[in-house]
Amino acid sequence: MSALRILVPIKRVIDYAVKPRVNKSQTGVETAGVKHSMNPFDELSVEESVRIRERKSAPGGVEDICVISAGPPKAQDILRTAMAMGADRAIHVDVKEGEDLEPLSVAKLLRTAAEQHKSNFIILGKQSIDDDANQTGQMLAGLLGWPQATQASKVEFGEGDAVTVTREVDGGVETLRAKLPLIITTDLRLNEPRYASLPNIMKAKKKPMEKKTLADFGITAERRLKVLKVTEPPPRQGGGKVEDVDGLISKLKELGAI
Amino acid sequence: MPPPINPDLRRQVIAIYKELIHLGRDYPQGFDWFRPRLHAAFMANAHLQDEEQIRKGIERAEFVRKEIEALYYLKRYRTLRKRYDADA
Repeated sequence: MSALRILVPIKRVIDYAVKPRVNKSQTGVETAGVKHSMNPFDELSVEESVRIRERKSAPGGVEDICVISAGPPKAQDILRTAMAMGADRAIHVDVKEGEDLEPLSVAKLLRTAAEQHKSNFIILGKQSIDDDANQTGQMLAGLLGWPQATQASKVEFGEGDAVTVTREVDGGVETLRAKLPLIITTDLRLNEPRYASLPNIMKAKKKPMEKKTLADFGITAERRLKVLKVTEPPPRQGGGKVEDVDGLISKLKELGAI
Repeated sequence: MPPPINPDLRRQVIAIYKELIHLGRDYPQGFDWFRPRLHAAFMANAHLQDEEQIRKGIERAEFVRKEIEALYYLKRYRTLRKRYDADA
């Protein structure tokens, strides 16, 4: 069994607890002065890779856990967080603020990164909570020609490079078996991500971080998709109170429910 | 005369205090709500001299740390589940 070289792509997004506001020109959401953090689904993938090492669940062991993020300089903060959670090293690909990459560009970038670092196991969040594309992992699997197991809720290792992945589907679970190299995308119930403790954050400052540009990966931030308009969802219609049972019945009749 | 301070316990207390301060930055009611309360809780036990009592205090602080971490995890999990699972 070959030792795992895990690549974990992560993204810096607006924090899940923040209510996003649409900007005035209706081209996107306000990002200036808004709290950002690591995409929650990516936290799951960092946690899973660290757990594979700690629990020694892979027979060949884990040789390396490398996190990579393409984004503005502030994306380094979340790379440090990932290293505080247990990743070994990080790659920061500098992308100007506002020049966000599309899933296809990200997948192309990751393909080159995976080849450069001889990765044989890639764990991605199934989607980022900002654009919710849910495409990067699948596109990357297509570009590399590797098997993919999306939305994993359990990952187990067997003999001879075999990996068994359980995923939640409508009305039950589905079990997939594949051989390395493999791409996995994480679902919400895969694990419980740890909180990066203060001493570990300090230690993470000493871990290596490579700085790269898009040109190093032969990528330009070209846009194939055009955002026409971004608008707020319609406000929720408030409920009404009825006085008594007769009021309720007449209201239901009025709405055609009975 | 008070007994000499055990430097090891003193270090542990300061470490857990810093750790909790760090956690408090993400507290739902805000850091400004969290910090005075954390400070008050530690000051309320500042008079402790008995090592056994101090160890108990540290244990309790560790317990609170774990509770806060669990709170953050659950809050995020529930929010995401409501957001992405149609039947949640």
